[in-house]
Amino acid sequence: MAVTWVQLLDSLRGGRWRAVWWRNFRVWQRLAGPAILGNFGEPLLYLLALGYGLGSFVGDMQGMRYIVFLASGIVVSSAMTTASFEGMYSAYTRMEVQRTWESILTTPLSVADVVFGEAVWGATKSVFSGVAILLVATVLGAVGDARAILVLPLVLLTGLCFASMSLVVTAVSRSYDFFLYYTTLVITPMLLIGGVFFPLDRMPQAIQIAAQGLPLTHAVALIRPLVIGTIPHHVALHLLVLGLYTLVPLMLAVRLVNRRMGG
Amino acid sequence: MSDDQVQVIDARLLSKHYGRYTAVDAVDVKIRRGEFWGLLGPNGAGKTTFLRMITGAIAPSSGSLRVLEYPVPAQARPMRRRIGVVPQLDNLDPDFSVIENLRTYAGYFGLSGPDLDTHIEGLLEFAALESKRDARISALSGGMQRRLSLVRALVNQPDLLILDEPTTGLDPQARQLMWQRLRELKSKGITVVLTTHYMEEAQRLCDRITIMDHGRLLDSASPSELIKRHIEPHVVEVYGDDAEAWHLGVGAGLADRSEQVGETWLYYALDEEPLVDALKASHGISYLHRPANLEDVFVKLTGRELREA
Repeated sequence: MAVTWVQLLDSLRGGRWRAVWWRNFRVWQRLAGPAILGNFGEPLLYLLALGYGLGSFVGDMQGMRYIVFLASGIVVSSAMTTASFEGMYSAYTRMEVQRTWESILTTPLSVADVVFGEAVWGATKSVFSGVAILLVATVLGAVGDARAILVLPLVLLTGLCFASMSLVVTAVSRSYDFFLYYTTLVITPMLLIGGVFFPLDRMPQAIQIAAQGLPLTHAVALIRPLVIGTIPHHVALHLLVLGLYTLVPLMLAVRLVNRRMGG
Repeated sequence: MSDDQVQVIDARLLSKHYGRYTAVDAVDVKIRRGEFWGLLGPNGAGKTTFLRMITGAIAPSSGSLRVLEYPVPAQARPMRRRIGVVPQLDNLDPDFSVIENLRTYAGYFGLSGPDLDTHIEGLLEFAALESKRDARISALSGGMQRRLSLVRALVNQPDLLILDEPTTGLDPQARQLMWQRLRELKSKGITVVLTTHYMEEAQRLCDRITIMDHGRLLDSASPSELIKRHIEPHVVEVYGDDAEAWHLGVGAGLADRSEQVGETWLYYALDEEPLVDALKASHGISYLHRPANLEDVFVKLTGRELREA
């Protein structure tokens, strides 16, 4: 593990990972039209349908209109799904199908550069989607005030966290089908009990405790208050949990990809 | 130490084990600057594993390795700044055009700016791809893709070029063009490591050839020296329905050495005259008289059994 840590630090210091990020960004640019439409279209549909539709039955939630509650949750869940899918399906394509990583690894870049570049790229896509959702939510009157802009660095961290976790899955995956395990067993449960669609406080005690061990819950606890115009509590704790869920998977991914590519 | 004595690759007792399987077995290799070196061997001989150790992609189990005087794998990353690699299977970026592939790859070396643009123009010309600069990879023929892979490996102006089966799957025209380009690189003094299954390719291009099998190096010399060392200068191939009868009645006594491969009898001789005279006299026997070649050496050293690793 010490070697991996050195490699990762060396990558951070060298900044070579930016070439990997730049490559992915350039590809994204080519297909930016549909990507941006998706960034805006999806949250708009969700907020309209669930926010107004379901919201008219639900009424207020935790003292706010349901659409406000939902919008602040979707910023977080979308950061999770965007980064996770980029780290799984898209990264797997680059690793296994197009063998882009193989070509990169014959240059002065290391596995750590590739993994970190991919993770930051996944996080960047989370920010793209976060910006789109905040804009849509602002238009729909679901954003508290200008402090909502502060969520963007937190969305970046959330994206980095979930991109790193999904890269671990990708590093051990033998096919696209394998990702269904992770999606079904990790992503979807987190989406449902992370506090995105409804608050946790009326859930059974066991689920509330389990949810405290999951990164999404902590991302919601940081981001929701800022979107609705209040101040988050226990900031250091939430940051610590997200940080650990980023660093440990990142190191594990570097180690596993090293093993896989060195096969 | 004079310039041409500098070892570009210096491998000593280099081994790679996977569990109980030995892919590369105590290999000693020294490649001089400017040398065009061919590594030949059947499938599964250990060639690709050896090349992947050279680039630092996999760590040796034992032995020592220096590439361009960098210890590898310890200093593989800075070493890779100075090498170019053409992989066995193209891994060009399908999301980019020809020129974007070159620019993106240059980006991995931290290269950009007007000097790079000039260099890339020269590379496009060298690869005969000027008219395809904005084409997507899927629109290129196999030969064009291979040439793009070649010039992509030259984007950092490497001192050492590693080619893993660069012409596999190409038609004869595309292969000829590739050979021409490789000869041009050789004349510029770049050091080249080549693996190939085409004996003609190795014989034409390489200064020195090493034959490898089961992870070991069997012999190493210039193509002509290898042939001289292992095979009589003349080879006569006799084939067809009457070949076996002719062999038993006449041929067996006239050659220094003979062997049967399928329906063909191969005769190896220092003096071909008795054989050829006898064949001319036996009307209706099909034969081919040719000089010994690298394929004869390859088959003699690695055997005739089929390798499907």
